[in-house]
Amino acid sequence: MNVQFRPESSASTSVKTAIADCDIHPARATRDELYPFMAKRWHSHLETYGIGAYHGMMEGPPYPKAQPNASRRDAWPPEGGPQGSSLSFMQKQLLDPYNVALGVLNPLASGQGLRNQDFAGALCAAINDWQIEKWTSQDKRLKASIVVANEDGVTAAAEIRKRAGDPNFVQVLLLSRNVEPLGQRRYWPIYEAAQEIGLPVGVHAFGFGGNPLTPSGWPSFYIEEMVGHAQCQQTVLASLVLEGVFERFPKLKMVMIEAGFGWAPSLAWRLDKHFEKLHSEVPHLKRKPSEYIRDHIWWTTQPMEDPERRDHLFQVIEWIGWDKLLFATDYPHWDFDEPSRVVPPGVSEANREAFYLGNAKKLYGIS
Amino acid sequence: MTSPITGGVDCDLHPAVPHLTSLLPYMNDYWRDQVTTRGMTDLVSQSYPTNSPISARPDWRPAQGKPGADIAEMQKQALDRFAVAYGICNPLYGVQMVFSEDMQDAFCRALNDWLAKEWLDREARLRGSIVIPSQSAEKSVAEIERCAKDKRFVQVLMLVMGDMPLGKRAYWPIYATAERLGLTIGIHAGSAYHNPPTSIGWGSYHIEDYVAQATAFQTQLTSLIVEGVFARHPNLKMVMLESGFTWLPAYLWRLHKFWRGIRMETPWVDRAPLEIVRSNIRFSLQPVDAPPDPATLNRLFDHMQSDELLLFSTDYPHWQFDGDEVLPPGLSSDLVRKIMIDNPLATYGRLQMVKETTP
Repeated sequence: MNVQFRPESSASTSVKTAIADCDIHPARATRDELYPFMAKRWHSHLETYGIGAYHGMMEGPPYPKAQPNASRRDAWPPEGGPQGSSLSFMQKQLLDPYNVALGVLNPLASGQGLRNQDFAGALCAAINDWQIEKWTSQDKRLKASIVVANEDGVTAAAEIRKRAGDPNFVQVLLLSRNVEPLGQRRYWPIYEAAQEIGLPVGVHAFGFGGNPLTPSGWPSFYIEEMVGHAQCQQTVLASLVLEGVFERFPKLKMVMIEAGFGWAPSLAWRLDKHFEKLHSEVPHLKRKPSEYIRDHIWWTTQPMEDPERRDHLFQVIEWIGWDKLLFATDYPHWDFDEPSRVVPPGVSEANREAFYLGNAKKLYGIS
Repeated sequence: MTSPITGGVDCDLHPAVPHLTSLLPYMNDYWRDQVTTRGMTDLVSQSYPTNSPISARPDWRPAQGKPGADIAEMQKQALDRFAVAYGICNPLYGVQMVFSEDMQDAFCRALNDWLAKEWLDREARLRGSIVIPSQSAEKSVAEIERCAKDKRFVQVLMLVMGDMPLGKRAYWPIYATAERLGLTIGIHAGSAYHNPPTSIGWGSYHIEDYVAQATAFQTQLTSLIVEGVFARHPNLKMVMLESGFTWLPAYLWRLHKFWRGIRMETPWVDRAPLEIVRSNIRFSLQPVDAPPDPATLNRLFDHMQSDELLLFSTDYPHWQFDGDEVLPPGLSSDLVRKIMIDNPLATYGRLQMVKETTP
């Protein structure tokens, strides 16, 4: 958290083992940086009516972050612009010193969670083009995520198919908080298209879908929103399993991004336990809930849960499987996990390699 | 299996109200008239559909009527069978679902009086929870004070999914009253359905709602801790009822990490979340959401880092286990004694008051 940038580490790049960083957040340097990728009609729409999210704020988040843009205080690019908006500074601060061989971009301020679906579609398409132009074509280590107007399944599916076979993209990206739980049928065209073009679907914690952030209404604090992403993600995953998404789309792979993974065993046990008695309600499920989770779900690591005793966390990883975790830093956000401090001594070389790089390369099809 | 010992405390029993009309004798003329002339129906919550498999164990399901409605059955199937010294009644009748706080208040008063007369008066081992009209803190406080004169009420009962997060300051008069009167606050699975049952809206299935109860408990614990309830009320005990507990370690690891990072937002939180849970929060045993494998369970108990958190419960008549296997396999005899006797007695200060005050 707010780890200080250590310039000396960039000197030793060549001796560091390569890693994948499966959660990097690229930002726009200026508000009009996307304009070249959007029809003029949307420039004036944005300036006149604003972004139109499923919450009340014209600018900024409903729960103020703990620091500007929820980002590390040392991540402001020297040339100006918000954290994460400069490729050269990202290279200097993240990609080079940590020897990132594969960096997956997850743009958060996308068209997802907007009320105007035409605008959402235009904004998402622009962000996808912008990712190629500004990032992936400039640094081959970086790969993009296809962002989509997720409440409009038809438009979203068309955007996904438009990117079929484009090696700049390695996944489809959704946020976790939406109008409905992500297993609902309105989202199925997204899964159908993703399965068809052979990309995993990542679900990143965050967003606003108009629902109160707890089943008892709106909480008071940013920390409740942050901690609550884990509860939201459990609900998302339960919905995906119980609606039969993995029966309908048997080749679909999904990644739970930035919502923790420590809760996964308990959720799977709870689903299995109550499924035993209630399976008559969900006869479309042919297997135990935990089996769908084991076969279809991957997890990014950051923010790693932080027990007093480290071995407890590694016992949890054994329940999930070392083959299912994808290392991530969440750069440039404040709760950055520093790669060298995440896996302690005692973990086998094979598991360490899988955790830091191998699982991600395999999942995202990078040779 | 692990055998229960005698003299335990069953912290989660569900006596069923046969029908809304069963409460009419406990209402005044106005509310009796409201119920009858408006043709009000029985208040069964979607959280526990009467015929759902999890609402009653097959061998605890009566030939007719609602499971848990017959005191003789409860005596035989729960109190005698597990040889408990006390059983705490948590009525789950859907009085919280109505939207008028006046109606909610009238129904809560009727429910509490019904419990005292039809259950506590007839079985000396039973104790009660006070169901409150939580839409109004003022009315809730009045109802707690009214019922607490009867020492057999040991707890205030709230649902895990209500109108607002439970840490919100509007609820604090309820907590102050409970602390002053030595009552625990019990938070039970179930929704008033005044908000969608998940943080992302309405799912499709009963199983989805039930699985989601555990996540609702997690968000409520966060709210209670970060709003500062236990800094203000250090002696208040809260019991998470039918919450599951296998999620607790990983949940606390995450909460602890964020609390360390952004504690400047809630500077009144004077202790680490883990310490607050150890001193102020307890969990009923059932359901045990884990595989029936002693090695896994013992790891989980190790992750919880305390043997004082769990309180014995059957969750009668809900179907959480079969036969006599109310305790998960592999528990040490020390832990059995703590879960069944020591922890509940330490949590429920009023449990043993009655002997001294009843003639």
